[in-house]
Amino acid sequence: MSLWVDKYRPRSLDDLHYHHGLSARLKALAASGDFPHMLFYGPSGAGKKTRIAGTLLELFGKGAEKLKIDQRVFLTPTKRKLDVNIVQSNYHIEITPSEVGNYDRVVIQEILKEIAQTQQVDLNAKQRFKVVVIHEADALTRDAQAALRRTMEKYMSNMRLILCANSTSKLIAPIRSRCLLMRVAAPNAEEMQTVLDYVAKREGFAIPGDTVKLIAEDSEGNLRKAILVLEALKMQNPDLSARDLSIAKPDWETYCHKVADMIVQEQTPARVMEVRAKLYELLSHCIPPTVVLKTIAEKVVEQVDEALKADIMHWAAIYVRALPSVLSLRGAARIEARMRVGNKKIFHLEAWVVKVMSLYKNFFFDIDMDGFDD
Amino acid sequence: MSFFQPKQSRAAQKQAVDIQHQPWVEKYRPKTIDDVSAQEHTVAVLRKTLTSTNLPHMLFYGPPGTGKTSTILALARQLFGPDNFRSRVLELNASDERGISIVREKIKNFARQTPRAQAVASDGKTYPCPPYKIIILDEADSMTQDAQAALRRIMELYARITRFCLVCNYVTRIIEPLASRCSKFRFKPLDPASTSARLAQIASAENVPVTPETVDALISTSQGDLRRAITYLQSASRLALASTPPTDITPRDIQEIAGVVPDGVIEDFAVALGIERVHGDGMDVDVDDSGRVKAKGFEGVKRKVKGVIREGYSASQLISQLHDHVVAHPTLTPRQKTRCALAFAEADKALCDGADEELWILEVALRIHRAMNS
Repeated sequence: MSLWVDKYRPRSLDDLHYHHGLSARLKALAASGDFPHMLFYGPSGAGKKTRIAGTLLELFGKGAEKLKIDQRVFLTPTKRKLDVNIVQSNYHIEITPSEVGNYDRVVIQEILKEIAQTQQVDLNAKQRFKVVVIHEADALTRDAQAALRRTMEKYMSNMRLILCANSTSKLIAPIRSRCLLMRVAAPNAEEMQTVLDYVAKREGFAIPGDTVKLIAEDSEGNLRKAILVLEALKMQNPDLSARDLSIAKPDWETYCHKVADMIVQEQTPARVMEVRAKLYELLSHCIPPTVVLKTIAEKVVEQVDEALKADIMHWAAIYVRALPSVLSLRGAARIEARMRVGNKKIFHLEAWVVKVMSLYKNFFFDIDMDGFDD
Repeated sequence: MSFFQPKQSRAAQKQAVDIQHQPWVEKYRPKTIDDVSAQEHTVAVLRKTLTSTNLPHMLFYGPPGTGKTSTILALARQLFGPDNFRSRVLELNASDERGISIVREKIKNFARQTPRAQAVASDGKTYPCPPYKIIILDEADSMTQDAQAALRRIMELYARITRFCLVCNYVTRIIEPLASRCSKFRFKPLDPASTSARLAQIASAENVPVTPETVDALISTSQGDLRRAITYLQSASRLALASTPPTDITPRDIQEIAGVVPDGVIEDFAVALGIERVHGDGMDVDVDDSGRVKAKGFEGVKRKVKGVIREGYSASQLISQLHDHVVAHPTLTPRQKTRCALAFAEADKALCDGADEELWILEVALRIHRAMNS
C-alpha cells in the first residue's frame, strides 16, 4: 500500500487540479513537436515533479512510465569512484547530480554526452529526442552548470533538458537564458481544499470544512505536506472532527519552539548554556542550522513586543548569512567562501541567541548597550 | 545502388527536420564576420586579418550573448572553408574535460601538428586558408589556474603553426601571463537598435508577427544579451503557435518566459512596504486596487513576504526589480533611497552566498518599511 501522496498523484496533465493554464501550455508544447529545454521552478510541494512526469507522458506516451533504476559508476579524473542512482525509461533519464556533491560536473559531462551522442533507436518513438531530467538543479556547482552550457546548444537535436529547481537565483544566467522558464506557484488555499476533498472522496470519507482549512493553513502551500498530514490525522482519529484536532508537529520543530520559549523567559548566561546544549542536540540530529535558526526566530518573534520584531529578524538574517548552508558548501570556489564566512555553525547560532537576549533585556530594562551594537 | 537509395532519402529527410527544430540561436548564428551585430571595432580589426591572413593570439571577453563564440567560429569558417574546418580548428568548451592533463596531451598534440596544405574546396570558392591552426578555448574562465599556466609555454612554442583564441566572460579570471600573450577584444552589450534590427530580421524570416511593444519588452528583459532575446522570442512564438487558436505574442508573455515578476506584483509589494504608489502608469490594468493597502506593522509585512514567496518568484529577480522601482521613484527622499539601496546590496550578496531566500526578502522588506517610516 502506498502513501496517499503517491497513490493520488495525478498521472497526466489532464488530471491536474490547479494551474490549468500551465497544463494547457505544456500540452500544447508537447504536441507541437518543437520542444524546448525547460526549467521548472517554484516552492517545494507545489507540484513541479508531477508536472514534469505529466509532460513526459504527454511527449512519449505510456512508455515513459516504465521506469527502471540503475546504479552507474563514474570515475573522476583523480580516479575516485562515484556511485550514482539513475532512474530511466526508454525515452528519458532522471538524475540528481547534486548527490555526489563536488563531483557533479563529471556526472553531467559523462551522462549528457552519452545521451546526446546516441540517437533514438526505437523507430516507434513519438519523438526523435530523449529527455534528461535534472533534479535539484539549483544545487549544481558552477562548474557543472558551465558544463551544461554548450552541450545544451550543441546536442539540441538528440536531447532536451528539463531542469527542476526551487529558485532560479542559484542558476547562472546562461542556463536560464537557454531554457523556457515554467513557474509553478504554490496552490492557494481554495486549490488545496479541492485537492484534499478529492483525496478524501477517493478514500471514501468526508472531511469537515474546518479541518480542511486547518490543514491548508498549516502546510503553507506545500501540497505534499498537506496530504501527508491528512493521512496522519486520519490514522490518529478517524472521525476527523475539527474540535479537538491538533496537527502533530515534527519533533525537531517542537524542540525549536522550546528553545524559543527559553530565550524569551530568561536572559542570563546560565540560560545561554542551556540553550547551547539544546542547539547541539538539534545539530547532532542533522537538522540544517539555517532551518533551526529560522524556526526559532519565527517563534521568538511571535512572543516579543512589536518594536523588537524587526530587529530580531534583522539579526537572524545577518547570522543566517554566516551559516554555512548546504548549498554554499558545494564547489571548489565555494569552499573558499565557506572559510571566509565561518564553518562552525554553533558560533553563529549562539551569537544570535545572545544578541536576541541582549536586545530583549535592553528593551525592558533600558540598559545602555551602545558599546555592544556592532 | 538501389539498396542505398531509401537510406539516403531518409537521411536527407532527417536533416530537414533537424534544421526546422534547431534553436534559432544556432540557426541564425552569423555565417561571416560581417553578419556579426554591433561589434564594429572588433569586426573591423578581424576583417584585416582575413586579407593579410595573419592572426595574433586572441582573447575575447564580454558579457554573455554578445557574439564572442559566433565571431570566432565565423572567422575560422571564412579562413578555412568547410572542408578544412575540421582539421584546422579545435574547439574545447567547459563541457569538455579541460584539466591539466588535457592541456598537456590533447591541446599540445593538436598544437604541434603541422597543418597540411590546402586542398581544393568542394564548394568551388577559394579560402585564404593560412598556414596555421586555431584552437578555440570557449568559456576559458572556467579553466583551472594550473591548466592555464600549462598553456603559457605551449602558446609560445607553437606560435608559428597554431593560434589560440580564448573566449571568456570575466577577463580577470584569466591569469595575467596568458592575457598578456593575447590581443584583447572587448565585446560590449548590444545597443537596443542593433538588437531590434536583428530580432526583426529573424522574426520576418520565421514569419512571426511581432509588435514594437513586444520587441521593446524583449530588449528590456534581455539587457543587451542577444542570445537571450532570440531564445525568448523563439519560446514565445512556440507558445503562441501551440495554443489554439494561435495567439499573438504579447509583452506579458515575454515577461513570463523571462521569469520577470509582473509589474503589478512589484507595485503591490512596494505599496505594502509603505512606498507611495506612482500615479499615472497604465501598465497595471489587470490588478485590482483592493489589495493595495499599506501593511500594518511586522505581521503585515511578514504575511506579504510569505505570499510573494509562495508565488514562486525568484528572490534575486524580485530584489533587482524592487531596486529599479525604488531608484526610479519620484517622491522618495535621497536618504530613503540610500537606505533601501544598502538593504538591496546586502541582500544580493547574501543570496549569492546561498543564504535563505525567505529570510532575506523579509529582511529587505523590514528595512524598507523602517526607512519609509523614519
